[in-house]
Amino acid sequence: MNGAIIQFDIGADLFPLLAGTFAAMGCGLLGNFLVLRRLSLMGDAISHSVLPGLVIAFLITSTRSPAVMFAGAAAAGIATVVLVELVKNLGRVEPGAAMGVVFSVFFALGVLLIERAAMRHIDLDADCVLHGQLETLVWYDAPDTLSGLLTWSTIDAVPRQVAVLAMMVVLAVMFISVFFKELRIAAFDPALATTLGFNATGMHYLLMVFVAAATVASFEAVGSILVIAMLVCPAATARLLTDRLLAQVVVSGVIAAVSSVGGYLAATSIPAAFGKDAVNAAGSMSVMAGGLLALAIIAAPRHGVISGWVRRRRLACAITVD
Amino acid sequence: MLPGISLGIGVQLEPSQLEQLRSSALATAGDRLPTLEQIIETVTLRGGYNTNLVIAGTTLLGLAAGIIGVFALLRKRSLMTDALSHATLPGITIAFLTATALGFDGRSLPVLLLGATVSGVAGVLCIHAILRFSRLTEDAAIGIVLSVFFGAGIVGLSYIQANANTSSAGLNRFIYGQAATMRAGDVAIMGSIAGVSVVTTVLLLKEFALVCFNDAFAKVDGWPVGAIDLVMMGLVVLVTVAGLQAVGLILVVAMLIIPPVAARFWTERLWLLVVLAGVIGAASGYFGSVVSALLPRKPAGSVIVLTSGSIFAISFICAPARGVIATAIRRLRLRLRIAGDHLLERAHELHTSVLPASVVDELAQRRGWSRWLRTLVIWSLRRAGMVGSMTSNGLEVLRAGMARGARVSRNHALWKQYLISYADIAPSHVDWSVDQVEHVLSDALIAELEAELTAQGIAIPAVGSAGR
Amino acid sequence: MDETHPRTLSSLPEHSAESPLSVHAMTVAYHRKPVLWDVDYDAPSGALIAIVGPNGAGKSTLIKACLGLVPRASGQVEFWGRPYTQVRSRIGYVPQRESVDWDFPVSALDVVCMGRYRKIGWCRPVGRSHRRAALACMERVGMAEYAHRQISQLSGGQQQRVFLARALAQEADLYFMDEPFAGVDAATETAIVDVLRELKALGKTAIVVHHDLQTVEEYFDELILLNMRVVAAGPVARVFTRENLQKTYGGRLTLLSEAAEAVARVGSQGG
Repeated sequence: MNGAIIQFDIGADLFPLLAGTFAAMGCGLLGNFLVLRRLSLMGDAISHSVLPGLVIAFLITSTRSPAVMFAGAAAAGIATVVLVELVKNLGRVEPGAAMGVVFSVFFALGVLLIERAAMRHIDLDADCVLHGQLETLVWYDAPDTLSGLLTWSTIDAVPRQVAVLAMMVVLAVMFISVFFKELRIAAFDPALATTLGFNATGMHYLLMVFVAAATVASFEAVGSILVIAMLVCPAATARLLTDRLLAQVVVSGVIAAVSSVGGYLAATSIPAAFGKDAVNAAGSMSVMAGGLLALAIIAAPRHGVISGWVRRRRLACAITVD
Repeated sequence: MLPGISLGIGVQLEPSQLEQLRSSALATAGDRLPTLEQIIETVTLRGGYNTNLVIAGTTLLGLAAGIIGVFALLRKRSLMTDALSHATLPGITIAFLTATALGFDGRSLPVLLLGATVSGVAGVLCIHAILRFSRLTEDAAIGIVLSVFFGAGIVGLSYIQANANTSSAGLNRFIYGQAATMRAGDVAIMGSIAGVSVVTTVLLLKEFALVCFNDAFAKVDGWPVGAIDLVMMGLVVLVTVAGLQAVGLILVVAMLIIPPVAARFWTERLWLLVVLAGVIGAASGYFGSVVSALLPRKPAGSVIVLTSGSIFAISFICAPARGVIATAIRRLRLRLRIAGDHLLERAHELHTSVLPASVVDELAQRRGWSRWLRTLVIWSLRRAGMVGSMTSNGLEVLRAGMARGARVSRNHALWKQYLISYADIAPSHVDWSVDQVEHVLSDALIAELEAELTAQGIAIPAVGSAGR
Repeated sequence: MDETHPRTLSSLPEHSAESPLSVHAMTVAYHRKPVLWDVDYDAPSGALIAIVGPNGAGKSTLIKACLGLVPRASGQVEFWGRPYTQVRSRIGYVPQRESVDWDFPVSALDVVCMGRYRKIGWCRPVGRSHRRAALACMERVGMAEYAHRQISQLSGGQQQRVFLARALAQEADLYFMDEPFAGVDAATETAIVDVLRELKALGKTAIVVHHDLQTVEEYFDELILLNMRVVAAGPVARVFTRENLQKTYGGRLTLLSEAAEAVARVGSQGG
């Protein structure tokens, strides 16, 4: 215990923390455009329906190599988006219900296929898809001090999941900065975007590919529940704090990082303070993101509950004086 | 991998159990098909007490979920049920921890379901609070509640697994469901929930419909919209909580969403929609548990959802009025009619009963008809007795065809003038609109247009002579 | 909400209990900005009243705030001198056509029957007499032959007439209609005007959000010109002036051209 309130052990905590933070930031940045286009639940749908994609890819190739998993999940993600559009437009089904139909059928299929895989004595774990395995990213021969990290061997020790997630953040940042203008118009007014010569539909699918990719990259380490949380919460929080899109994107990235670090430390330190084992870090990060959002709803400078209340009082006074 | 390998549906197995399971799975030789006798036994509810319990339970659950889901769909709250079901998880873990701390058996189902209900309702209230107190949209609110509550539930589960002195009691089963563990008491619960759903729906169908269709009107008319909403949501909560154990919190949503959506393809009547959704839900529940009983390692929840999913797919494609095929046929018919009208109008304009092939070609090119569509247009006109055969001179337009051409031409002119005189639409847009609209003008509207235009002193084009 | 308003009742002008609608010092705010500011209005009984103003002037909001569908920041609304909750059964409502999903699994007659639900009461099915009454209302708007159509198969104008028939089925004394003339065909417009005159002949009052300046004089007796505040209100003959219209529409820069056009149109008609 060492009497310290915050527990941090490089070997046990560094890589899980990095993985969670990268996953949160990648999803958090992309989530801005989902929230603006009222597609927040697309992340939910995609992250549920990548399951059969993973299992099918595995059953076909019999390997669990990242490339295969990624291809399977991305295909399932795109299939979800396309099917939801089809059901919505051709079947005149309300968007929410269309999403619900597609992703729940996909998920059921995934669960069934996992059973088949299990029959062949292969462990694919539906649980890990949901809440991840951050805790397994242990660095056994880690240095004891922070200065010990400044060697080449640190880079060698970085687990694949962390590297993939770091790459995802870089790709997400690149994607957003290259297509910022297009994304902004497509989020604001798809029809206008089309008349201006931007391919809004193409943009939509490109964004969905990135969301699917982020989901896949994240699910192994952090689980889909954190993906859903991070696609929505940081962007929603940032939206309450600022009215400008660029600021919103930046703020959402920061909030994602803060909730991830805060959530991780809470997951390890709070139980430890009571002499208990650590709890699931991905879940704790989601809760932290939700807590920050609740704070923003109450206390945001312009759009918060408190400032709204103050404004209404002033208005009432103004009317009285009038 | 982790030391305690978790195999499939959230069943945590010790290595020894795992070995046992493996050998038994090998013994049954995987997907061995059941005999016809076994199938008949199970289907006719003679497959043993436990099997029957499961079948009865899931059928009743499917019935209740299908009926209640209709109103969630019509109130556009399908995905709110998703948030609700995910939000039950922290309540389950808190109930478990509280009961254990107080010295009760944390695994007691009523206690866990009470916790699930409380936190599920709290989740829904959070969605409403977010919508009320912030400028976030509904989809964001649902996503937030769903993920944050579920995250909290995961934290709770991991805490129980790592720290609780008692065994974690397979709380995971609430995520994926374990229909096979259903007992007589559970089936009784399902039965009463199905009964409550049916009775409430029969009694309050009118009120539910009013609030779902037009809540503002209902409010002005003096109905307690909030209370009616609360009843509808309360039923959803009941079904969700009852379904947790059987099919799990992720798939129970599917039982609420899919049957109504599938049923919607077949009917335009609300009561029939309710009945059909209930039947589809019950049938999926029945079929799912029968299959699950007959085949090894087919979890009932998944089979139920895939069954209703298949019913949805069939409805989506084949339903008579709203299905994809029917819609495609309708669109093709309309397109053919419009194209045929253009052809006949051209014949009328040229005052010829034999349309030269070159004119048809020119028209096809201008209107962008494919070869295929062109052939189909002429075929459909011939079938309708509008045109004769294609000779070397060209396409022979029959008397009926010429009359139709004259009519179309007249409607065209009527509509054009109507738009110019009334709708303040720039004349440059007139022709574009005509092509879209003239073909769907009703006779009554045409008569009205004539009256309007005559009243305005605008000359109406005379009805063209029949051509010859 | 309105009870907490610091103004005392005694400071309000006296209103006769006869006025079907009295609005006092009503302010409505959405989030940050006020949408309606300090509205005062007394509706004369048995009149056809139009609410006219540019887009975003708060016309629909005025109706909704009177009916308690949007919260009021301050102010009082009374019907026949009594609060809304006591006179609900005397008030009919035609919401905006776009406010509902017309792909709802009910027939036109089912929708009109909704106007009878209050009279039918809780938990009881729609009886034959109520069905007949609803059908009679459909006849009054010329929709009887479409009674059993699914509502999505109706044209926009027909849907509007279904809503009107539903309001008639409420058998109210005061009707609020939100943009009933928006995007409807000539037949529907005639049907609505006929119904309005019929209501007036029966001594009932109708308050209608209207957007077409050309027809105001023809259709209505009373006019409220609204642009966040009440610019002018009273009999059409007195209120419907070029100057008032300029005040209503001219203040909005973005709508200058529209206003100029509207005024020009009015000028050419009047002159």
